[in-house]
Amino acid sequence: MTDTSTPGTDSHRSPTASKRSFLTQLEIDTRLLGMIGAFVLVCLVFNVLTDGRFLTPRNIFNLTIQTVSVAIMATGMVFVIVTRHIDLSVGAMLATCSAAMAITQTDILPKMLGLGLGHPLIPWISILAGLIVGTVIGAFQGWLVGYLTIPAFIVTLGGLLIWRNVAWYMTDGQTIGPLDETFRNFGGINGTLGETWSWVVGVIAVVLALWALSASRRNKIGHGFPVKPVWAEAIVGLIITVGILGFVAILNAYEVPTARLIREFKADGEAMPEGYTAAYGIPYSVLLLIAIAIGMTVIAKRTRLGRYIFATGGNPDAAELSGINTRMLTVKIFALMGALVALSAVVASARLTNHSNDIGTLDELRVIAAAVIGGTALAGGIGTIHGAILGALIMQSLQSGMAMVGVDAPLQNIVVGAVLVLAVWIDIVYRRRTGGK
Amino acid sequence: MTPLVELKNISLSFGGVRAVDNVSLDLYPGEVVGLLGHNGAGKSTLIKILAGAYQMDEGEIWIEGKKVNIQSPRDARRHNIETIYQTLALADNLDAPSNLFLGRELTTRFGLVDDAKMEAETRKIMARLNPNFKKISEPVSALSGGQRQSVAIARAVYFNAKILIMDEPTAALGVHESKMVADLIKELKAQGLGIFLISHDTREMLDLCDRVSVMKNGTLIGTEKVGDVTEDDILSMIIMGKARDAA
Repeated sequence: MTDTSTPGTDSHRSPTASKRSFLTQLEIDTRLLGMIGAFVLVCLVFNVLTDGRFLTPRNIFNLTIQTVSVAIMATGMVFVIVTRHIDLSVGAMLATCSAAMAITQTDILPKMLGLGLGHPLIPWISILAGLIVGTVIGAFQGWLVGYLTIPAFIVTLGGLLIWRNVAWYMTDGQTIGPLDETFRNFGGINGTLGETWSWVVGVIAVVLALWALSASRRNKIGHGFPVKPVWAEAIVGLIITVGILGFVAILNAYEVPTARLIREFKADGEAMPEGYTAAYGIPYSVLLLIAIAIGMTVIAKRTRLGRYIFATGGNPDAAELSGINTRMLTVKIFALMGALVALSAVVASARLTNHSNDIGTLDELRVIAAAVIGGTALAGGIGTIHGAILGALIMQSLQSGMAMVGVDAPLQNIVVGAVLVLAVWIDIVYRRRTGGK
Repeated sequence: MTPLVELKNISLSFGGVRAVDNVSLDLYPGEVVGLLGHNGAGKSTLIKILAGAYQMDEGEIWIEGKKVNIQSPRDARRHNIETIYQTLALADNLDAPSNLFLGRELTTRFGLVDDAKMEAETRKIMARLNPNFKKISEPVSALSGGQRQSVAIARAVYFNAKILIMDEPTAALGVHESKMVADLIKELKAQGLGIFLISHDTREMLDLCDRVSVMKNGTLIGTEKVGDVTEDDILSMIIMGKARDAA
């Protein structure tokens, strides 16, 4: 809602007005800006409290790989919550997918099909098996919600109990490992691009982002729509460039410990050259998250599926009357959620290097919290993919920051719970102030 | 001339209530047929059957001389039937172009939705329907009642409807905006569309319609040419539920 400017208040209003128009010209979402601000604040406070240990390349690297699993699921949870549903079963589904993949690669493929441990096809067939399991479970739950009209809360609450214990039943509660070596590359520190390739990926990302920016501008000009001034466009481009390359630089600044390098050289039967160093660079799991984030954003903004998801969330009756098959849509959304849970299970089990019985426990709450802190409205119709990922990052920063400071475990969870409630309240106030959507 | 629409002996019950009871209606090109009656008379239910939102228990629908099977809003749209609902049926969180093209998005050659093109088309049609309409890229929740109505009407007009169903199109509007809708109805009628119009405003109906049909308790009381009846005749049909001949 634009303020109706009253004469007399103009003098002290003008600075804020010009600041607002500056942001409007940049077309940057103020809500997103607020979240980034909150994230930066959290990081700075912990950095001071830990005497600078929080914002080291090593800790930033760790934070990033710890966030991936929840962040992948949070992108799917956005669609679920936007359509006014909920999925309480993602943590349990993650366990079932993880169990299925662990059994496939350690038992079914090597022993029953005789592929032999370490066969190059094993990780990929296992991931495919996990994806099928996740998608089928998700689609089934979506069918129960969409076609049998059982509330999603109940279906997935039942799912929480069922899939957690299906996983237990499948594995007899045993830890299964070690997982395939290639498979473990998706876990984070065990699979990274290395310095050179990280820079290559970073530069490609910058080129693509700038190209997308100019393509969108050309498209707008082509249709005769107003565009932002060139300087605003340039600033946005600069922020993107600095952001991407800065992130790569930080991950490249985290060097592999010398002891590990010596071990690796020894494994190859060589001696390590004097003064040799190597950096980790971008983990494969982070690349996976970035690919998923881009894919999900394209689905949300540029496909009919995404348009229908948001329309159904905004007004289910209108969507139905517009000829959208909202039942099938529900199946698709939950199936997509299931597939993302499977990918998340790859990352989570690879990071642990084995499947354990309690994998993914309480993840449903972390995922929902990440989506909600990221601005997804439980009333439906509103939510963004990047917001959910940022939400996951904020949650993880809080958690590991408090652990580094030495806050007791119960207090950590109390703080995280309070932050969730606080974030939603701030969001409600923000929306009311900016025109109440 | 073949009627555009023939509804033959339509019935629909909800539980034990016969919401629509053996109703037959027809509509010719370039004609406006008004549906009148109390709340709960069955007007909206009848119209929703034609629009595909409800499925009838008994009866037949004929479009341009052919029997058709309308099971869903999608089927209705395939037969060029467009509906403007009383509740507007807009997704509040989306902008005007997204609502206008909802379910029928324009896409690029890669199959992605073409927002720029949809916005351009929306600007074009809005310039014709409601030149004051400026908030193209804001969520429709930020629009006034009249502007929201323009979006709903634009949606029906843009896709070259042959049969237009308008359920209380002026209920939420001011005097000026109601006049705009009335002018539009006359224009569309001149273009040869057939229009079913539902309203409570008897005077407005006599002004806009060629024929009016009165319903009460799910049954059709009668259909009259507006030239043959007075407002009082119509009111007595609505209230007494008696056809004019019997009165």
